[in-house]
Order: sequence, then C-alpha cells, then structure tokens
Amino acid sequence: MLKLSRRSLGRMALAVPMVAPVFSIGRALAAPTVKIGAIFPLSGNAGSAGQGLQRALGVAIDIVNNAHPDLKALPLGPTAGLPGLDGAKVEVTFADHQGNPAVSQSDALRLITQDKVIAMTGCYQSSCTLTASAVAERYGIPFVAGESSAPNLTERGFKWFFRTTPIGTNFGEAYGNFLAGLAKTGHPVSSVAIVNENTDYGSSTGDAIAAGLKKYNLNLALRIPYNANATDLSSEVLQLKKANPDTVIFVSYTSDSILYIKTMQTLGYKPPVVIGDDSGFSDPAFVKAVGNLAQGAVNRSSFGAGKEGSTSWVVNQMYEKAAGHALDDTSARGMNGFLVLCDAIDRAGSTEPAKIQAALRATDLSADQIMIGYNGVKFGPDGQNQLASTLLVQLRDTSWDVVWPESKATAALVLPFKG
Amino acid sequence: MIVLQVIVSGLLLGAVYALFSSGLTLIWGMMNVVNFAHGDFVMLAMYIAFFCWTGLHAGPALSVPLAAGGLFLLGVIVYFGLIKGVMRGPMLAQIISTFGLALLLRYSAFWAFSANFVTLPGDLVGGTIIVGSLRIPASRLVAGLVALLLTLGMHLMLTRTMLGSRMLAVAEDRQAAMLVGIRPDPMQALAWGLGAASTGIAGALIALFYYISPTVGESLVLIAFVVVCLGGFGSVPGALVAGLLIGVIESLSAYWVGAVYQDAVVYALFLAVLWIRPQGLMGTL
Repeated sequence: MLKLSRRSLGRMALAVPMVAPVFSIGRALAAPTVKIGAIFPLSGNAGSAGQGLQRALGVAIDIVNNAHPDLKALPLGPTAGLPGLDGAKVEVTFADHQGNPAVSQSDALRLITQDKVIAMTGCYQSSCTLTASAVAERYGIPFVAGESSAPNLTERGFKWFFRTTPIGTNFGEAYGNFLAGLAKTGHPVSSVAIVNENTDYGSSTGDAIAAGLKKYNLNLALRIPYNANATDLSSEVLQLKKANPDTVIFVSYTSDSILYIKTMQTLGYKPPVVIGDDSGFSDPAFVKAVGNLAQGAVNRSSFGAGKEGSTSWVVNQMYEKAAGHALDDTSARGMNGFLVLCDAIDRAGSTEPAKIQAALRATDLSADQIMIGYNGVKFGPDGQNQLASTLLVQLRDTSWDVVWPESKATAALVLPFKG
Repeated sequence: MIVLQVIVSGLLLGAVYALFSSGLTLIWGMMNVVNFAHGDFVMLAMYIAFFCWTGLHAGPALSVPLAAGGLFLLGVIVYFGLIKGVMRGPMLAQIISTFGLALLLRYSAFWAFSANFVTLPGDLVGGTIIVGSLRIPASRLVAGLVALLLTLGMHLMLTRTMLGSRMLAVAEDRQAAMLVGIRPDPMQALAWGLGAASTGIAGALIALFYYISPTVGESLVLIAFVVVCLGGFGSVPGALVAGLLIGVIESLSAYWVGAVYQDAVVYALFLAVLWIRPQGLMGTL
C-alpha cells in the first residue's frame, strides 16, 4: 500500500508554483526599453480570462510602440514609443499566477527583484492583486490594477497602488439604481438574491451590492456565498428556487457562471431578472458555452465598440484581428489600465518609480482620451479612479447590447430572462 | 419536495463521483501507485467527446467507445513508458512522476485547446426527465446507470474471471505470481489500460453536462481520491457506495448548512469514518 508521508505531500505542494511560466513579448531594441511586469492567470480556472488580457496587452503594446495615426485621441496613439523618453519602447514581462494568491505574490517579487520591472499591472482576481500589490508597495514600485474590482484594494492606504476600473461600490449603486428604476416601470423587484463566490472579489462585491440595494430600499431576500471551484451547484440553485426571488445577481467567475446557467436550465429555474456581475459573464467563453441558455441575462460592462472610426472601434478591430473575437469588457479594462500606466511613464519622462508615481497622481484623462466608456481617469488620494463608471448590457444572440443608463442605451431592455 | 430533489441531485452527483473514481480504484488497488494524472485523463476523454461532436456531430454512442479505446491505449503507453521504470525507484519518484504527467497533460491541453471553456449541447441525450416535481437530467441518469454497470462489470471481472484472479495475484505478490507462471507486466499494463479506459468512459459521459477546460480534471481529482479512500483502497463496489454517499452529503449540507461549509462537512465526516474504519467502508486491512 502506498503511504504518503507528510513530508512528501509538502514537497508536492512546493512543486506546484514552480511550473509558473514567465515569458516576454514586446520589442527589445537597442534603444532603451521600459520594462513593465504583468501578472495574470494565464492558466488555471480563469485561464481564458487571463489569456484574453494578455492578448489585450499585446494590442496595447502595439499601440504604444508603433505609430497609429487613426488613434490620435489616445495619448500614445499617433506616436511610436514613449516621446517623453526619447521614443523608448515598452516591454512587458508576463507571469502566470494560475489564480493562486501565493503564486501571485512570488511572481511580483521575482518581477521586481530579478526582472527589474519599473512598474506593474494585473492581476484579474482581486485576491491575487491583493498579494502582488502588497509586494509592489513594499518595494516602492507603481502598480496599476486595470480590472480587479474588490473595493478593499484601495482601502489599504497604499501609496503605490492605482486602480482605473470601477469597483464594487460603483456596481452596487448601479444595480440599486437600475432595479429601483425597473420597479417604477411595473416590473416586480420586491426581492433580490445575491449569489457570490467566496474569495475577495465575490465577498466584497457582494457586500457592496447589498449596501447598494439597501440604499434604494430593495429587499435582499437571500445571499448565497459559495466556492467558485465547486464541482456541483445544484443545491445553490435549489435554494434559489425555494426562496423564489424576483432578481438574482451572480458575482461569479467563468467556470461557475457556466455551471450555474447549465444547472438552472436542468432544474427548470428561471428568475424574471438575472444579472451577472461582469467577470464570468463577460468572458467570451461564457457566451460560446452557454449563450443559448442565457438569453436576456443582464451584465455590467464598461466597453462598447461604438461607432465606426471611433477610438474604441479601431481598438476593437485591432483586438479582433489578434484574438479572433470582439474585445470583451475585462480585457478592455485591463488594456485601459496598462495604457494609463504607459501614459504616466511617458509624462514622468523617467523610469524612476517615484516620478512615475507622481505622474500617476497627476493623471487627468478625459473620456475622449481613453478607449473605454469611463467618464475619464483621475485618481483620488486612495488611488481609485474617481471617474470610473459602468453600463449595463443585455445578452441578445451572441452580443451584449447597452440597455442602461438610458442616455447611453443602444437597445431596449427586454424582460423577463428567457434562459 | 425540494429536499427530495436535493437528495436526487446528490445521488446523481454521487454517481458521477463513483464513475469518475472507478478507474483510480483499479490502478490504486492493483498497482499501489497513486495516479495524480487521473483527473487529466478524464479531461482528455472530455475533449475526445467534444471533438467527436464538433468534428463528426457524433454523440456519446461514438465518443464513449472512442474515449475508452483512446484512454486504454494511453494507459498502456503510460505503464510501459513511465510507470514500469519508475516502479523500481523510490516512492517519492513514483508520486512525482504521475504528478509530472498530470502537469504535462494539463499544460499540453492549454497549448493545444487553449484555456477557453467549451461545452457540449445540453440535449445530446434527451433533455430532462420530469417525474412529478422532480427533474432528472437524462445525461446524468445515463452517467449514473453506466457507473453502476461499470462497477458491476469491473467487480465481476476481478472476482469471477481467470483474468481478474491473475491481476489480483500480481497485485497481491508480484514475486509469487511470477512463480506460478503469471507474467506481471501484461497484467499490470492491462490494469492501467482498463483503469484508464473506464476513466475515458467517465470523461466522455461527464462531458455531456459539465464544462470542458484544461483544468477541469484538477477540480474533480481531489474528490476522486476521497471517494477511493472512503470506499476502501481497491474496492470497486466501495467506490460506488462512497461516491453516492459523498454526493448526497455534499448536496444536503450545501442546502441546509450553506454551500461554503459543504466541504468542511464532507471532510469532517470522511475523517470520522476513517477514524472508526481506517480501511475504508468496504476495504480490508
């Protein structure tokens, strides 16, 4: 009989993080290059989201390093390289944290001490951004998070951490406002359920949404925290079926979002309003896998390709060429964070972390100067972008149409959820 | 009525666990080798089912035998290419080698199939059967029935046939088996082949209702180890009973206690059972 000693199990556990691959893309020329570290889940359960982000950064590197006259609205669009650093090119070293906060932490340490990156971005999962940014803070390296939305990330009093994406509190406000508006138009929203995965992202976003609902006097009937790696979600769906809320808000990653939609279909459960909080629902893999079962689902997003010839439209075309599908919200937010970081390095005119930090603090980009639908980028004292905003979109066939707020809607909201 | 549905869902989930674990039981019980690549074998079988659908528009009638055959071959290759040599080395080498194989398969899958999640159409096997207020997905029912048949078949093969006796003899004492004229290599290769083939069947069936991604094996494999351990090492019927038990306990505890606590409940009960019966429910010391 095989016996596993405690020591051998320990050694196996140590072996896991060692397989995280590190590789670079970007152009290493004789001219000085600016090295930036990017940590994403390139493998693991969120691998599809991480690889999407990697492709988005690939497009962003192209935008920064090469001249794109059709992107003249973006600060680094029409020029080649960083003009403030004599046309220096940016080079990104990618690391794979596999969705594991401990690996993310050691990746950050390695990027800073061995690869000598001067700034960092990442890490998709808030729990991984939490650990990696703590290392950056200790070493005094600027860290721009483009897509991690757990509110607590910017509540730590960090000096080197900046975040461009809207956060849980913004979403809570948006959902509350949206549902309160629905109630006025005669749709029943007397009870709402929040189903959230139980790591940093799900828990803190769930809290923020609960606060948003309270603000608009909406009744939180049920809250179900669950493990995103769960193999089966029947019990959670049956709990929902029993409580029968009017609206269900899922704060989920990709694999669990897919599993929820499949399980809801087999158990014959269809709440009138289904809202997905971005992440899992925004992963292009979600629509490919269960789009036909999720028609009418509402999702939050900040990216829409917009009119032909617009900045976002051109960027979307570039991404589509590289990835084979349209730019999704998560990848777009990551790309925007990276471009904001590059703009700050350019304005700093230096690779000194302190000067980049000062330039980040002074960032003041208008809605026209970015490739995503925020009102702009301007960081508060906590490092949070004060001009971040969110839209709500609804799934129709394979595309997400903007349905809220009305001023930005491109299609009318159709309820109930068709499944 | 909802509780009844929870129990039925738990039983169907448990049948999947049992199906998933049957191959592991055979290899673990017969060879005393822990196959960490087990979950990734299932992942490969799921992709076989997926490509059967996308390439040939064929359902489980083709994908199940194809996955069984493909994985049988892989099992035999792994035995001769890796396990046979490593068996002579220290215990740690045996453990790390299948662990390495798991990572090799997983990262090859990332490279070959990308990290995207894919699924098969939900109605490949007849949708959902509705009995009163109970809803039973046909695909899970089929998986459950196959789990029962596979368990029964494997049990009968091991206990009622000459081949099974030979395999058990090799498992019991390799030297003694050689003395009575049994060549151990073909028997052990066969154990790996059959173990992997049943994993192939499991994977092709699980693909009908689960998502498919390179990491899917990772999330299922831990539970397979628990099932085999709880059922009793090498006991094929034990794995079935343990799988069903864990499925029902997981579902009920998620429903009553809360989804985040279900694993704590399952593992607490698991440890309690092992404390009373270290050999597992149906194993022998």
